[in-house]
Amino acid sequence: MTRLLYLAVLAGCLVATLPLELVLGVRVYRRPRRLLLTLAPVLVVFLSWDAVAVHARQWSYHRLVGLRIGNLPIEEILFFVVIPTCAVLTLEAVRRRRPSWRVGDEPPP
Amino acid sequence: MTYTASAFIGVAGAVLLDLVVLRTFLLRRKAFWTSYAIVLMFQIIVDGILTGRGLVTYAPSTVIGWRFAYAPVEDLLFGFALVLQTLAWWVWWGRRAHQARASAGAATRARVAAPTRARRSSTP
Repeated sequence: MTRLLYLAVLAGCLVATLPLELVLGVRVYRRPRRLLLTLAPVLVVFLSWDAVAVHARQWSYHRLVGLRIGNLPIEEILFFVVIPTCAVLTLEAVRRRRPSWRVGDEPPP
Repeated sequence: MTYTASAFIGVAGAVLLDLVVLRTFLLRRKAFWTSYAIVLMFQIIVDGILTGRGLVTYAPSTVIGWRFAYAPVEDLLFGFALVLQTLAWWVWWGRRAHQARASAGAATRARVAAPTRARRSSTP
C-alpha cells in the first residue's frame, strides 16, 4: 500500500480540484493546447533540476512503484504535471470568484 | 551546490521570468498571491505526507536543517518557484492568443478595406 501512497496523493490532488473544472467551470482542461504549452517549459526546467539533484544525491525516493524514466521515478514526473495543473485550476477559480481582479491575459476591450 | 542555494536560484529564475522575460507581472497581482496562498496550504499537506512518511528524504549536507511540517524549508522556495513559473507561462500563452487573434483581425479588416493594396503586398 505504501508503494502507491505517492500516486494516491497525486490522484487526490486531481480529484480535489476536479469540481473547479466541472462545477465552477474554469475551463482549464477544456483548453488543452494552452495547458500543454504551459506544462512543457515547466517540465523541462523542473525535471532537469530534479534529475541533477537526484544525481548529486541531494534527495532520494523510497518505497515507490518502481517505474523510472532515466533516474526519475514516474511519480516525480507526474508530480510536475499534476501540481502545475492544480495551480492553474486555482488561479482560474480565483478569477471566477473575483472577476474584477486582473490577471494579465484579459482580451482587449 | 546545496538544495538551499538552488532553491534561491529557482525563485530568482521564476521572478525574472515573470518580471523581465515574459513580463506577466503576476507578482503585482492580488489574483496571483491569493492563488499562491491556496496552493501553499495544500503544498504543506502534500509535502508533509511525502516527507513525513519518508517517501522523499534529503541529504543533511544539502539543506539548512530547518523543517516545517516535516518538509525542509527549502521546499517552500521550490514550491513558490514552481507555481510562479507555471502561472507566468499560463498567462503569457493566454495573452499571446489574444494578440494573435487581434492582429489576424486587423489583417482581415485591412484586406476588406483595401483589397488591391493588401493583395499586392501579400504577393510582392
